Amino acid sequence: MVSLEARPRTRAAGPAPAAGRKRSPYSSWFYLPAAIIYAVLFLVPTVTSFYFSLTRWSIFDSQFIGFDNYVTFFREPALVSGLWHTVVYAVLTSGLKVVLGLGLAVLLTSQIIGRGYLRSVVFFPVLVSTIGVGLTFTILMDPEEGLINESLSLLGIQGPGWLTDPGYALVSVALVDVWKGVGLATLIYIAGIVSIPQEYFEAARVDGATAWQNFRSIVLPLARPATFTVILLSLIGGLRSFDLIWAMTRGGPGFTSDVIASVIYKQYQAGFYGLSTAGNVVLFLLVTAIIFPLSRYLNSKEVDL
Amino acid sequence: MTVVENRRPRKNIALSLVAILLSVVVFLVPFAFIVLTALKSRQEASRLDFSWPTQFQFVQNFVDVVQARDYMLIIAFINSTILTVASVTIMVVLAAMVAFVLQRRRTRWTGLINFLVLSGLIIPPAVVPTIWVLQKLGLFRTMPGLILVEVAFGLSFCILLFRAFIATIPRELDEAAIIDGAGPLRLFFRVVLPLLKSVIITCVVVQSVTVFNDFVNPLYFLPGDQNATVQLTLYNFSSSYSTQYNLLFMDILLITIPPLIMFLFFNKRIVAGMTAGAVKG
Repeated sequence: MVSLEARPRTRAAGPAPAAGRKRSPYSSWFYLPAAIIYAVLFLVPTVTSFYFSLTRWSIFDSQFIGFDNYVTFFREPALVSGLWHTVVYAVLTSGLKVVLGLGLAVLLTSQIIGRGYLRSVVFFPVLVSTIGVGLTFTILMDPEEGLINESLSLLGIQGPGWLTDPGYALVSVALVDVWKGVGLATLIYIAGIVSIPQEYFEAARVDGATAWQNFRSIVLPLARPATFTVILLSLIGGLRSFDLIWAMTRGGPGFTSDVIASVIYKQYQAGFYGLSTAGNVVLFLLVTAIIFPLSRYLNSKEVDL
Repeated sequence: MTVVENRRPRKNIALSLVAILLSVVVFLVPFAFIVLTALKSRQEASRLDFSWPTQFQFVQNFVDVVQARDYMLIIAFINSTILTVASVTIMVVLAAMVAFVLQRRRTRWTGLINFLVLSGLIIPPAVVPTIWVLQKLGLFRTMPGLILVEVAFGLSFCILLFRAFIATIPRELDEAAIIDGAGPLRLFFRVVLPLLKSVIITCVVVQSVTVFNDFVNPLYFLPGDQNATVQLTLYNFSSSYSTQYNLLFMDILLITIPPLIMFLFFNKRIVAGMTAGAVKG
């Protein structure tokens, strides 16, 4: 979804401008309804957020206080750690989605029994509501009675307090995120692998290549556009992630699984609208600083392919 | 999907068995757990174990969940349906119009519009300022307000999907229609839109599931019990029914049914549309 840069046809290919009729059949007003909704409900809030983040704000009136909100934000260790958690969460989830998604896609495009069943079962969690998944896994991960630790104890392993141990909470939520989202990554990889021309595999077979060589020299490089799509999509999703974390831990225990999005919600709930909006601006800057250069870099790589 | 024969044509039985076994443990057990717990009595459900219910309480649990808090779940289902149908319809039509002109006609605005579309996909929405705008418009805490918010946030994804697909439709078709005297509206709604059917289905399915499962936007922009969507009832259930796991899981089960139906009907189509639009570009 990232490699969609339009390849415009040359002007000559379009309809020659008919004499006397300047109007294009592709009316600009087609943009209008979408543009109004998008401008009013997306662009205006985004632009004004920069101003409101500099105010003490009660929705009805705002008082300019300069950078106080940002000072508060960066002085509070709990809020700064939220920033760090956001990055860890995003990198962890997208890394695992790339590795597992590629592995599953290779498996699900090879000759195995039950391929249709496996594809469906891997993709289905993508469609289930995040809140539903979150609540279910909160119960499955219960340290005493949860199914996961009960099963582990049958194997003689003492399972950790997945969501109650400060050291594990963030990682546990990330793992559930991967469980839910890996189907989409797999789907994108399957589409990428299926579109690789068969001649490559035939040539490799003639040369007597092993399965591993096939993977290293054909699948891995030629599925690169799919990798870029998966990385970008899961990074974007991971950096903005809120609902799963909120459903499972509400940022706890303590602030050990707080991310920026949950900080924004907590400050909003507490009525600190200015501070909440400052959090939004920080998230905006973080996402922009990571995604835009990365997508530019990945797109430039794609041309060499 | 086409069959790929990049390996030995012989099916790998050992690998298949391992994969199927793992998929059962990792993916099917959690779903089975949801279903089993939803069927249990309150005492049995509170043990949280993976066991067969001694007595099935499907009807009782179903009725209890539906009746809870003055039939809130029914109201929520109606609200979620209105929200999903309205926002996805508006989103898909408007996005197709934008994608059509954006793909076909190149002006000095094209670069800016492309940039804005990508921004919509990447930039996190500024929440409280959006509430502020909605309040100025008198749309905060209203269904139309939330519908427009969902449209605004979903447009980018649909535009990208549509644009990639429209690039594959030959321009000669447009030209023939124009020579036959079709205006821009006729050209778009009569000639182009019908050709977009497969990608429209993908867009509708993906966005319906997204909007129906959306928790964050209703939480911020449509607070209050009267307006609750299904995801909000689930979230509220989890705090007020924290000891009645059978009801909680019945709620999860009921809410999962609409996406499940979508999935069963359109499984193949989703993949086909994504393949045509998203990855090949």
